[in-house]
Amino acid sequence: MSSHSQVACPLSGRDTGFMSAVASSPALRVTGLRKAYQDVVAVNGLDLEVRAGECFGLLGPNGAGKTTTVEICEGLTEPDSGDVELLGMHWNSDAKQLRQRLGIQLQDTQLSEKLTVFETLRLFRSFFDQGPGASDAIALVQLEEKKNSRVGNLSGGQKQRLALACALVGDPDFLFLDEPTTGLDPQARRQLWDLIEQFKSSGRTILLTTHYMDEAERLCERVAIMDNGKQIALGSPRELIASTCAEHMVAFSAGANSHALDIPALRKIQGVRDVRSENGTVEMQVTELHLAVPALLAELTRQNIPLTELSTHSATLEDVFVSLTGRHLRDE
Amino acid sequence: MSETTAIPDIQVRADERKAPRGKTFAEHPLVQLTIVRFLETLREPEALFWIFAFPILLAGGLGIAFRNRPAEVLKIATVTPQLTQSLQHEKLLAVQQLDANAAEEALRTGKIALLAEPGANGTIVYRYDDTNPEGRTARMLADRAVQQAAGRADPVGSSDVLMREPGSRYIDFLIPGLLGMNLMGSAIWGMGFTVVDMRRKKLLKRLIATPMPKQYFLLSYVLSRILMLVAEVGIVLGFGAWIFHVPVRGSLLSLAVVCLLGSLTFSAMGLLLASRARTIEAASGLMNAVMLPMWIASGVFFSAQRFPDVVQPFIKALPLTAAIDALRANMLQGANLVQLAPQIGVLSAWLIFCFILALKLFRWR
Repeated sequence: MSSHSQVACPLSGRDTGFMSAVASSPALRVTGLRKAYQDVVAVNGLDLEVRAGECFGLLGPNGAGKTTTVEICEGLTEPDSGDVELLGMHWNSDAKQLRQRLGIQLQDTQLSEKLTVFETLRLFRSFFDQGPGASDAIALVQLEEKKNSRVGNLSGGQKQRLALACALVGDPDFLFLDEPTTGLDPQARRQLWDLIEQFKSSGRTILLTTHYMDEAERLCERVAIMDNGKQIALGSPRELIASTCAEHMVAFSAGANSHALDIPALRKIQGVRDVRSENGTVEMQVTELHLAVPALLAELTRQNIPLTELSTHSATLEDVFVSLTGRHLRDE
Repeated sequence: MSETTAIPDIQVRADERKAPRGKTFAEHPLVQLTIVRFLETLREPEALFWIFAFPILLAGGLGIAFRNRPAEVLKIATVTPQLTQSLQHEKLLAVQQLDANAAEEALRTGKIALLAEPGANGTIVYRYDDTNPEGRTARMLADRAVQQAAGRADPVGSSDVLMREPGSRYIDFLIPGLLGMNLMGSAIWGMGFTVVDMRRKKLLKRLIATPMPKQYFLLSYVLSRILMLVAEVGIVLGFGAWIFHVPVRGSLLSLAVVCLLGSLTFSAMGLLLASRARTIEAASGLMNAVMLPMWIASGVFFSAQRFPDVVQPFIKALPLTAAIDALRANMLQGANLVQLAPQIGVLSAWLIFCFILALKLFRWR
């Protein structure tokens, strides 16, 4: 990372004039947002505040209303009602200035395949009054080797990095990233995370949507969890995990004997906060792992149930979502 | 908050914000959009084929097929040596003597245009298909030869002066037609396909998420169209002039005006057709539905005058008819812009109508 920050020079050193002048007001304030498409209510009375300089995550399953929310904030979709204040400005009066100061990455935009990486960035750069040159933007996302390759010949991860460069080329104060790593392999995702972290360190504000909990945990200072067009939780990833779940999750499978399992008895084990059973797999929220696991094994022996699989992990935002909604994030 | 830590940078950035560095010509968004449009077209081999190679192949093929040939020698047959002998004097007829069955067969299969047989009382029977012009011509030539061989003298003497002048041949008629068709095709496909493709790929939405002035997007299409137009028109006209000596009798300036106006009109139609469609299939259905009737009715390959008088006003109101009529009048009769006013009026009306409607209907997403 430290070596990357040298590359990031053209973007480093934030213009904090705006932030210091209105330090108390948020970079983005959304109040009472509502948007319905025909019979589907995509966003249903949403309030959000993104603080200047933070990376804010909008989390939720597909169809939760994340993209609609982001596109309203980006001035691409008209809300049915509600108010968006972005960098102290409003879309109906300050669209032109706002556009100059935003970096936007849309979900699954396909850039023109016939153009090279350099030509694409030179085009996007021409729309902005200031920002790094096309070559500098290419360096920012480490695509130097592909500078003269056609976009059609790039891998998925390289295309996403190019999309990120197109968002950065106007030297934005506020960056919108809509599902930046969806569909990428783990290595490409980590590479993109490194780039986003590096951008964060230069003090800009980011609003990121994702349905990957690990992405939000790694990148975001605060997250809002959305479901069915509403915010159902807000806080830092640590806070959310601490407030809704126990620290640890224990999962085991009872195989064919799962119907014989006495779930209420499991709930009574010391240190167990909650037990959920689904498709023969049992998930337990546990506060004291070292006490709960031996007690669980003893209880299963008492119930005469052979254990086929047992795993434990620290609670994640995924577990928060499950305990809030009873559903997994990627069910859809 | 970071004011104390990053003062030098803030100073630099604040200065930049106040007075962004002026852009060079090449950095102007309109120039960039036009370059990109142009590059994308050049890098599309199929498009280049349809725009450049196709009209030349078509003009070459049709020009050869319908070239003006010396009067053709017609094949006929007889069944007697006497008839063969008397018909041999006519240079425009090739006479064969066959037996009755073979002659019958040759006539039926169209290998000969006419069969001459002796009839009752020294008369001659000509057997031919009277709906075939070759048959009728052969009938006249054969009868003249037979009568002259039998001693008939023409009461009035006659001689022929032959005219095969550029400007009145089929290829002269065809080249302006192909030029008009090409103007329509490249503008409508070029505009329609790329816009719908960009909408489908959400690239239009991505572009309006930037500060790009929307009118530049449209203007870049017009500019790259004009660049392509010079090449398109030049190649078709150059080919016609070089291979077939097709004339351009009107002023090149009025020809350029007609081509430009036509191309803009068809681009506006393309924009209108592409204003809502989300899939290539929907767009190409619409485009074909609009273009096909014009290919047939507007006189690309044959004169639109052949259609009944009732529909003539409608045919005349079609933009392709106006474009082709204007091109033909300019190239073949040397008409100037004043004489072309009706066609220019029709094209302008379509341009304004389509463009305004397209702007009203257009969706960026």
